[in-house]
Amino acid sequence: MTERTYSNTWTIASSPHLGRKDSVATIMYWVAGTLLLPTLGALYYFRGNALRVILITVVSALLSEFIVLKIRKKDTGAVFDGSALVTGLLLALTLPPSLKSSYCVIGAAAAIIFGKQLFGGLGSNIFNPALVGRAFLQAAFPIAMTTWTPTALMEKVDAITFATPLGGFKFSHALTELKPMILGNIGGCLGETSALLVLVGALVLIYKGYMDWKIPAGILFTVFLFTGTLHLLSPLKYASPLFHLFGGGLFLGAFYMATDMVTSPRSSLGTWIYAIFIGLLVVVIRIFGGLPEGVMYSILIVNTFVPILDRYIKPKIFGEGAKR
Amino acid sequence: MRAKTFAKGVHPWDFKELSKQRPTEVVKPGKRVVIPLHQHTGAPAEPLVKKGDRLLVGQKIGEAKGFISAPVHSSVSGTVLSVAPFLSPVGRKVLCVEIENDDGYEVNPSIRPCHEGIEEYTPQEVRESVREAGIVGLGGAAFPTAVKLSPPKDQTIDAVVLNGAECEPYLTTDHRLMLERADEILKAAEAVRMTVGAKEIHVGIEENKGDVIDLWSRKVKGIPHVHVEAVKTKYPQGGEKMLIKALLNREVPCGGLPFNVGVIVQNVGTLNAVYDSLTTGMPLIKRGLTISGDGVAKPSNLEVSIGTLFSDLIEGCGGYKGDVNRVLMGGPMMGISQSTDQVPVIKATSGILVMAGAAPGGKEYPCIGCNSCTNHCPMGLVPTTIVSLVRAGKAMESKDWGLTDCMECGTCAFVCPAHIPLVQWVRYGKAEYLKEKKRLESQG
Repeated sequence: MTERTYSNTWTIASSPHLGRKDSVATIMYWVAGTLLLPTLGALYYFRGNALRVILITVVSALLSEFIVLKIRKKDTGAVFDGSALVTGLLLALTLPPSLKSSYCVIGAAAAIIFGKQLFGGLGSNIFNPALVGRAFLQAAFPIAMTTWTPTALMEKVDAITFATPLGGFKFSHALTELKPMILGNIGGCLGETSALLVLVGALVLIYKGYMDWKIPAGILFTVFLFTGTLHLLSPLKYASPLFHLFGGGLFLGAFYMATDMVTSPRSSLGTWIYAIFIGLLVVVIRIFGGLPEGVMYSILIVNTFVPILDRYIKPKIFGEGAKR
Repeated sequence: MRAKTFAKGVHPWDFKELSKQRPTEVVKPGKRVVIPLHQHTGAPAEPLVKKGDRLLVGQKIGEAKGFISAPVHSSVSGTVLSVAPFLSPVGRKVLCVEIENDDGYEVNPSIRPCHEGIEEYTPQEVRESVREAGIVGLGGAAFPTAVKLSPPKDQTIDAVVLNGAECEPYLTTDHRLMLERADEILKAAEAVRMTVGAKEIHVGIEENKGDVIDLWSRKVKGIPHVHVEAVKTKYPQGGEKMLIKALLNREVPCGGLPFNVGVIVQNVGTLNAVYDSLTTGMPLIKRGLTISGDGVAKPSNLEVSIGTLFSDLIEGCGGYKGDVNRVLMGGPMMGISQSTDQVPVIKATSGILVMAGAAPGGKEYPCIGCNSCTNHCPMGLVPTTIVSLVRAGKAMESKDWGLTDCMECGTCAFVCPAHIPLVQWVRYGKAEYLKEKKRLESQG
């Protein structure tokens, strides 16, 4: 009896012996890739300022990731798994175009360190890292974070008194037309101006199976329903639901922030609860709170409930409840 | 008409075009045949022969021990070289009868059928003959068929389901059998239906076998109680619970068996074996299997004697091709890795896959909560939650999340973009769970 010589080199593994070709990095790079659309929009509307803020924020995020991984004695190859790139890019798209470069660096570092690595790195964080970075900046530099500049396509306007559509409505009851809000020719954060570009990128991700459609659907529908009801009750006091959908960071938040896989629920039911809860909070903060915009805080607050949703919502097992 | 199916699951590329056009060839075993005495679910058979004994084809060499067990028979005539432990393709050493094949294939003269025609058998005779013939489920699980044919008295069985899904990629042996032995399989199905007192027969065939669906639909035309149905090509469509759900919309309860919902499921290969044994009296000593993969020269469908060594079969198919990396018994989703080709074909060997090139998967990432595993698990579990509990040493707690309901189909690990060995962790978790349960019980 002769044993084949090369039989000893065969791979021994537990099944399955087939697997998916793409990886976590593929997903991250697809997310980053589709974010190029709102990024290009930002460059078009805000030109040099956009380029500066985006480049500095992304590079700082990657650098922070590298340094922390080094300190934690982890594989620094993870810098290129795409997740820090996505965090940096998302954070940049939520910043005002005129933000000082040093603030961008601080924001990116806060996002990576406090938002992600302190929890144990990729997959372990509770809050969306980009939003943690933004919340940090909002607390540290409230004025700089709410100073808006007109887009390059607008006629000269005084930068100090310039407002976002939501801010304009909240503080001086001024309405903005819908068309520029959809296309992006309005004041606001770099990436939140064009709802259309965000939507196109997100649809690609949904088609690829890299984004859960239930989350944006739940959030947008809730906001539409809630603000629509209020608008019907008192059209003068409350802006139209479309104004709320396309104004501010709702599209960017609903499609790209709330859908962060790590910080959203596991179960289908949990996902709907999560999305509806975010939608409700957005409206409550925008209309009844002191701030014109509430997407960031809504998502961060509901992020905290995800571990509870995941712990207590057990999906029905096949055959559960069936009679024997 | 939309093909019936179950919820979730996944559709891996099936690679069946490698072998599905090749008719089944009968191959003879080599000079040396090794027949394990434990090839089935349940208790091992006890040896009836010793070194030096002369054997005839079909002679019983191992006696079933207990109700859930099956006897084992010789597939060749020759001399017993030894009764000793050898490596079985299930990955461990089991007691085997090693036989020197005299190439004469002299048949045991006592072998003859109980009746001339398969229609003349009574239910009790079918059960006894199937049990004596050592027939087990040939789909891969190798559960003794006679046990399935003896459901508890208080359960009424109203439907027999024929499993012709063959959802594992690469495997085409059932496909060929259904083309080449349609009448025989249908007759055996009728005998089984009569044995368990069922009214209807439902045949589930995956849509990727259009030729079989056409042929079988013609065959059963005008027979009102036999229904041939196309089921969606989707893994694991051939799982008993999934197939019953697809065909009859019945859910087998957690921890239950198909007879809990009035169904017995029989693989088409098993029925082919039932037909052969009831009409000739010859016990189960051969089976159909597929040899395929990019590492074998000539992918084929074969009818093979139990105990034939993998090496002989691979040589017969033109030998190895390219840089062989893995050899598996069964399909790629649930098959078992082999460390050597010096292992015998057993009753559960539905295929031998020879794969060249690098193993799949890649660098393992942390779970990012993409929910792919949850969205595809046919049992409705949340695999990543179960696995994080198991990894944290909380196998007991993971039972609440359905640890023991997992049928280990491997869909979760297949779809995981983080390349986490999810189903492998579940297997580990099940072992840990049993250990812990035993410990708690011993403490009272």
